[in-house]
Amino acid sequence: MDYFVQQLINGLNIGAIYALIALGYTMVYGILRLINFAHGDVYMVGAFVGLGLTKLLGYTTSIPGYNADTQGHSLWGGLTLVLIGSMVGAALVGMAIERFAYRPVRKYSRMTTLITAIGVSLLIEYLFVAQLGSAQRSFPSLVKNEAFNLFGDVRISMPQIIIFVISILLMILLQWIIYKTKIGTAMRAVSFNLNSAKLMGINTDVVIAFTFALGSALAAAGGVLTAQYNPSIDPLMGIITGLKAFVAAVLGGIGNIPGAVLGGLVIGVAETMVVAYGSDIGLASSYRDAVAFTILILVLLLRPSGLLGSTVQEKV
Amino acid sequence: MKKSLSSLIPHPSSLKLMPPFIKRLVGALVIVMVLIALNAAMSNEGFYGMGLPYYYSHLLRLAGINIILAVSLNLITGFTGQFSIGHAGFMAVGAYASAFLTVYYTQGLEQKLTAMMGATAAQAIVFLIVLLVAALAAALAGLVVGIPSLRLRGDYLAIVTLGFAEIIRILLVNVQKVGGPTGFSGAIAPWEGRATIPQYANFFWIGLFAVVTIVVVYNIVRSDTGRALISIREDELAAQAMGINTTRYKVVAFVISSAFAGVAGGLWAHYNSFLSTQDFQFFRSFEVIIMIVLGGMGSITGSILGAVVITALPELLRTYPYEIVIALALIPLAAVLLRVIRRERLPEVIRSGWPHAIFVLVFYVALFLVARLVLINLLELDYRLSAMGVNISNYRLVIYSALLIAMMLTRPQGLLGHQELGFHWLKRAQKRPVGDASVGASGGVPIAERDAPTADPYKETENR
Repeated sequence: MDYFVQQLINGLNIGAIYALIALGYTMVYGILRLINFAHGDVYMVGAFVGLGLTKLLGYTTSIPGYNADTQGHSLWGGLTLVLIGSMVGAALVGMAIERFAYRPVRKYSRMTTLITAIGVSLLIEYLFVAQLGSAQRSFPSLVKNEAFNLFGDVRISMPQIIIFVISILLMILLQWIIYKTKIGTAMRAVSFNLNSAKLMGINTDVVIAFTFALGSALAAAGGVLTAQYNPSIDPLMGIITGLKAFVAAVLGGIGNIPGAVLGGLVIGVAETMVVAYGSDIGLASSYRDAVAFTILILVLLLRPSGLLGSTVQEKV
Repeated sequence: MKKSLSSLIPHPSSLKLMPPFIKRLVGALVIVMVLIALNAAMSNEGFYGMGLPYYYSHLLRLAGINIILAVSLNLITGFTGQFSIGHAGFMAVGAYASAFLTVYYTQGLEQKLTAMMGATAAQAIVFLIVLLVAALAAALAGLVVGIPSLRLRGDYLAIVTLGFAEIIRILLVNVQKVGGPTGFSGAIAPWEGRATIPQYANFFWIGLFAVVTIVVVYNIVRSDTGRALISIREDELAAQAMGINTTRYKVVAFVISSAFAGVAGGLWAHYNSFLSTQDFQFFRSFEVIIMIVLGGMGSITGSILGAVVITALPELLRTYPYEIVIALALIPLAAVLLRVIRRERLPEVIRSGWPHAIFVLVFYVALFLVARLVLINLLELDYRLSAMGVNISNYRLVIYSALLIAMMLTRPQGLLGHQELGFHWLKRAQKRPVGDASVGASGGVPIAERDAPTADPYKETENR
């Protein structure tokens, strides 16, 4: 039982990260009907911007160096600065992608925008590989890696607590933005019907840019938080995580914000459970990545609108 | 009714009266003989001393495999409009199935056949059997993937096919008998079999199957089935309303295209002699997509062109990075310049038809040479960049993806659009644009998608 709860906590943890990234996918799809393939790479960019900021602020990984482990306590100020800085940086990157790559092809067919999205994703990945090399780099720990005993054998570590706390805070912030601010109402209007929103005087270009910025900021937060939990980052880390987060968004109903969160948590828990208990039924842990895709296929076959999505009838 | 002996000699005009079957048979034999001759030329000593160095023949063989992949993907994506990013998965199925069969099961058969009819014929028969199995396995995979997925639209189908390709890859990585994560190059202990995957696929086989693929897809497209597929691409609801069983046609196209992908996989396995699931990752699928988008999605000749260009491009970027970047960066500039010149100062004779085509070609080449002269010989850009520590070959793939994005932004219909390359191009007169409107004002956006797909729920045509 304790093992199960431990795996549940680990799963929810990974799921929270997937949820943060899935929110970006689902918001962009909601307003533009575009699957932003480059979103996983924005997650990676966020982690690397965070790395750059830690270097700027003087935190290093080496021992003796200046990080949470050598100092003996978590560097909350540093964490906040790095988090906010990487969110801003990734927001700028997201807005640039939208402005230069997606806006000119908005009027073209679906396939063109999809290919452009994949092209942007590849461009970002290879740019980072060309500049920084594809080797992994380690992120200095800003959160002290201590573990707390919850009950019995169940332990939770400080980075995990931080991931839970910050992702919950960010999601509450997102809910507030979407339901209690003017720009949020504008986002909801644009996702309902772009042309009518334009007729109502909403500047859709600004709203779209803001949506991209918001989604990218969340993904970057996910990137920095993951780096606390798993300190090695590399330029290709966004691909598979991005795909799984996309599956999470589809699982929850793409375009649906609580759905993205639910989807992320489900995928995180499912993946962890398969790895934890899979050996009992003959599944090697290398099947881990197949879990997300299998869930995707099952969802799209059985309930294409997702868990919380609504079916829209096709009209001629 | 006196028949003289001279009536037995075929007169040139009677060639037209030859039954189509005979014509096609003769054509096939001619092609086969040409391929055999070219194959002999592909080794270093080659055909009476005229050989091709290994580097170029290697590229030609890769291009051949890519042609099979591109043309088969074009059937399902370009002609039926179903966007599938899972092609590498079917290639993997074909590759692993054929390699598995060759390594573990065909040794005895080949020895028996060699005793009967000699090594070359025996190898040929074994190879054909193995490729047939590869095609069937991949077709079966296509059926399994296609039947549930093909009721999804657009983006969702793309993601599902991607998911299936990844699942296939992960499943294959976990099969120990085909090497698992370390790759497959021969029989794995403790199972008995050949020591290596024999290199059956030479230029002849690759060329032969490329020709077969092109002929089959061409015939499908020009048939009633092809018309049904194109109608599904243009407007699926209207096709259904006209009584076309869209699911059946989509599945058929999907299965045929995956079968050919399996053949390509089998050829690849027996050319490379080493199989690793790393070869079949998402980027491979995406490369094939780039090939058909570059060439034009509804065009068979376009996908052949795209396959050749994309096969050659990484190698070209390795040796001539600056030249390529200059050439492609200058195309917009050249287009503007050309427009200006075209209107005012071209003499009438080279404003249309093949003189115009030659003029445009010469113009671009001249512009490219001038730019090269200025940038590399005069300004010595390559030395300055490497002195700054920028190693351009690291940026090959960056240039590659930037080119893709630039192509999507400027010419999304690809090089040939929906047209096929043919000699009628040179004869067609270039009409002078009316006023300021360019010829083909829609910019090549297909009919069914000319309206911007805005977020309009009353016109929603997707499965959510």
